[in-house]
Amino acid sequence: MSVLDLFRTRSSAPVARERLQILLSYERAPGGQSDLLAVLREDILAAISKHVIVERDNIRVRMDRGDKVSALEINIEIPHSTKLPVAAGF
Amino acid sequence: MAKVVVVTSGKGGVGKTTTTAALGAALALAGQKVVVVDFDVGLRNLDLVMGAERRVVFDLINVVQGVAKLPQALIRDKRLETLWLLPASQTQDKDTLTENGVAGVIRELRNKFDWVICDSPAGIERGATLAMRFADTAVIVTNPEISSVRDSDRIIGLLDSKTEKAEKGQRVEKHLLITRYDPQRATRGEMLNIDDVMGILSTPLLGIIPESEEVLHASNVGVPVTLNNKTSAPARAYADAARRLLGENVPMSIPSDRKGLFEILFGRRAA
Repeated sequence: MSVLDLFRTRSSAPVARERLQILLSYERAPGGQSDLLAVLREDILAAISKHVIVERDNIRVRMDRGDKVSALEINIEIPHSTKLPVAAGF
Repeated sequence: MAKVVVVTSGKGGVGKTTTTAALGAALALAGQKVVVVDFDVGLRNLDLVMGAERRVVFDLINVVQGVAKLPQALIRDKRLETLWLLPASQTQDKDTLTENGVAGVIRELRNKFDWVICDSPAGIERGATLAMRFADTAVIVTNPEISSVRDSDRIIGLLDSKTEKAEKGQRVEKHLLITRYDPQRATRGEMLNIDDVMGILSTPLLGIIPESEEVLHASNVGVPVTLNNKTSAPARAYADAARRLLGENVPMSIPSDRKGLFEILFGRRAA
């Protein structure tokens, strides 16, 4: 800790305000953000399952929220034992 | 015409019970006939804060289930003639509260009192939704801290959708009460300030209760803070909030009980 730190104000309130504003703009959306992720997860699982056998627990859906844009990250683990129907059929 | 007020917050530990007792006592001091109702079934505490814990015989659940009549369960305050308490049950399950049962009790209380103040449990479960269900007015208790503000936002959403008023297309009148506020820390940017919280929650302000050791002291001795030391900062802040509930136009201020130089030097307390 330097001497300068003693004079620096620990002004964390603006950070708190900004985090809250971003978070609440999502949570106030109809249905709520957490529900959206659950719905997405089910739809993705249904779509993937038509072609590949995947475990329910091996699908991870997360949203990184930014001020202007958000990133949706979908991570699906496919075991090596799973044969892709496309490869098997042709 | 009686007014039913719910004191709510979502988050626990922000001061709902302190606020219920303080506003109830302040309204009774102003000559109103008041009942404070504890909805925190299984974790009742309003009786303790009111100093009536050894006088509880029957409770809200007993009345809802028809085991006791309402007048048998109501406890009159020892200090104020027009202040009454309806305690929660400590032993019963919260699921024994039914919507019809609560509706009946609230209807009966409306006929007997000017103010029915419902102390909501934390959370958004059955106890909390029933506490707000029949409210005309809501006091949303919020600390200037992110998790409390977020939970208050959620509660505001419920007040606008899950109450009887909302379902009839009417509005529950909402008031924000900011508690445990430290003006010095807010000025230094270490704490969300009043404008931050009001801006985020878009709800009119009922009052600002400063952080104060008087609040703990009052609950230690089982006296509402507005009765225990009427000149203390939180007591004055709550008294102002009560006057605003009564429709008076009281300028917003943050009372302070910071000691003057004389008191610091001689360690004396203000009378």
